Amino acid sequence: MSVLIFIDQSEGHIKKPSLEAICYGAKLAEKLGVNAEGLVLGSVTEDLADLGKYGVKKIYTISSPALEHMDAQVFTNAIAQAVQSSGAKVIIFANNVDGKAIAPRLSAKLKAGLVSGAIAIPDTSSGFVVKKNVFSGKAFANISLKTDIKIISLNPNSFPVVAGEGKAELIPLNISLEPGKVKVVAVNKVKGEIPLSEADKVVSGGRGLKGPENWGLVEDLAKALGAATACSRPVADSHWRPHHEHVGQTGLAIAPNLYIAIGISGAIQHLAGVNRSKVIVVINKDPEAPFFKAADYGIVGDAFEVVPKITEEVKKLKGTT
Amino acid sequence: MKILVCISKSPDTTAKIAFTDNNTKFATDGVQWIINPYDEWYALVRAIELKEKDASIAIHLVTVGSADAEPIIRKALALGGDEAIRVNVESHDSFYIASQIAAVAAAGSYDLIFTGKETIDYNGSSIGGMLAELLNMPYISLATKFDLNGTTATVSREIEGGEEVCEIALPVVVSCQKGVAEARIPNMRGIMAARTKPLKVVEPTAVEPLTSIVSFELPPAKAGVKLIPADNPAELVRLLHEEAKVI
Ligand SMILES: Cc1cc2nc3c(=O)[nH]c(=O)nc-3n(C[C@H](O)[C@H](O)[C@H](O)COP(=O)(O)OP(=O)(O)OC[C@H]3O[C@@H](n4cnc5c(N)ncnc54)[C@H](O)[C@@H]3O)c2cc1C
Ligand SMILES: Nc1ncnc2c1ncn2[C@@H]1O[C@H](COP(=O)(O)O)[C@@H](O)[C@H]1O
Repeated sequence: MSVLIFIDQSEGHIKKPSLEAICYGAKLAEKLGVNAEGLVLGSVTEDLADLGKYGVKKIYTISSPALEHMDAQVFTNAIAQAVQSSGAKVIIFANNVDGKAIAPRLSAKLKAGLVSGAIAIPDTSSGFVVKKNVFSGKAFANISLKTDIKIISLNPNSFPVVAGEGKAELIPLNISLEPGKVKVVAVNKVKGEIPLSEADKVVSGGRGLKGPENWGLVEDLAKALGAATACSRPVADSHWRPHHEHVGQTGLAIAPNLYIAIGISGAIQHLAGVNRSKVIVVINKDPEAPFFKAADYGIVGDAFEVVPKITEEVKKLKGTT
Repeated sequence: MKILVCISKSPDTTAKIAFTDNNTKFATDGVQWIINPYDEWYALVRAIELKEKDASIAIHLVTVGSADAEPIIRKALALGGDEAIRVNVESHDSFYIASQIAAVAAAGSYDLIFTGKETIDYNGSSIGGMLAELLNMPYISLATKFDLNGTTATVSREIEGGEEVCEIALPVVVSCQKGVAEARIPNMRGIMAARTKPLKVVEPTAVEPLTSIVSFELPPAKAGVKLIPADNPAELVRLLHEEAKVI
């Protein structure tokens, strides 16, 4: 019996939400008195043994031409076989794009209960109960899992990454896999930007910025902070900003440590995508803007005057610390 | 060509979130119900757009829910579905719902199954994947574009920091999100026509749910905003650094 963590990679690099998943899985394994083990599919350029410092003792690896691109069907088959050979009873995913594609399939295949979007270590005081986000971040539900095998997919930015000591033993698994039916014909990545879903800080702009020509304001602050950029829905709908920056109920839901909202009114549908952020800063010229009710810090003022000054102060801070 | 679109009912996006029965049930008093936005705006509208290009396409809708889901499925028919199937049961967990849809899908031999990206109440983002597994079909999640070329689909899906373009022979299950379709408003003629479109009610198949909800919680209230004068941005940066420790 063990806790098995699916370690997600992209182009040979381990993704940050997977490090969170490893630390979460290791903590859960400790609580259950079992080992935490990892699983990596496809070829990775990084030193996998080094992931031992996050608490995994063993890492199973499977390489096969069929695993070159993430195909939910093929990955599910591979993971199901690894679950069988490792005897894992709890399987952890990051609830990122790959986790959302694979974990539900695996749940149906193994008839293993799934909690997607978990935000805390399971409560095992009576049964096995996992807390997850529901109602787009406006509430939590405690979900009971009674199946023999259990699957949890962990929301990004819900569990801290802490490195200790240790090396993981690498165990290649030899399994045969049928190639997938999905053919990848192109990959279009936005180069040089921090992916919004993984960002630890986000600077976001709304209709208050008046037009795309003013986005330098948002970008300069984001750059000074090392933050990703986001926007409200009307901004994306008006093509001021690309669609993938749209956050909210119908866009991306994010939970960074810091969310700075500039010229965004704070409509309930916008809040639904950002209210899990740890610290929210609102800059709006209207003191009655609803966003202030959801904020930790606020400045009532004109973004065009205030934001460049904040950017200067951030640069000063970075220069001296 | 037959397309099955999975339609769920969700509370209006501005609904007040509260719980009753010792925090075990969502308080539905006064709640307006809508078609889950992802199901309506993206999954259903894309199916309608495909039908506009190829009139031989039939769009079937399925919902798993009791009689109170009926206005929602009628509205979806008004938008443009050809016929609807309601599996007559209070929905349980994702696996239970996916199993009910799988039974409907297997009976109807569909070429294409669309779901929304997620329900805005449960936020599982799970049913599409489960359904694909139960039907042994490929699954493309979080699609941002979808086109048909005969029996091959070209689909863009979200990946971290970008998009991946895939080709896949039908049948396939696809979960739809922003980008897949253009927005539209139902017209009166559609609403009238929907009254006469077939809505079949079928009884659920026996399935054990894999999970159950023990209780709900509301997040702790925010302490309240700390306002900083507009002429003192240095103070904001200091607070973020020293007090909140986020920069
Ligand atoms: C079903 C549904 C789903 C939706 N989903 C989403 C979603 O996912 N995401 C989303 O964002 N929205 C969503 N919306 C839309 C949402 O209701 C709001 O309309 C939208 O969030 C408003 O965007 P905004 O705050 O940028 O613009 P506005 O509401 O126009 O607000 C602009 C703000 O900028 C301020 N401002 C103006 N000038 C300045 C200045 N010089 N300096 C500082 N502040 C200034 C104003 O005081 C105002 O508060 C949805 C709506 C519906 C009905
Ligand atoms: N009760 C239901 N009946 C029909 N389809 C559903 C139901 N619940 C969810 N779905 C579909 O599955 C998608 C994902 O739901 P979920 O996994 O709950 O986030 C939704 O967007 C719908 O398309």
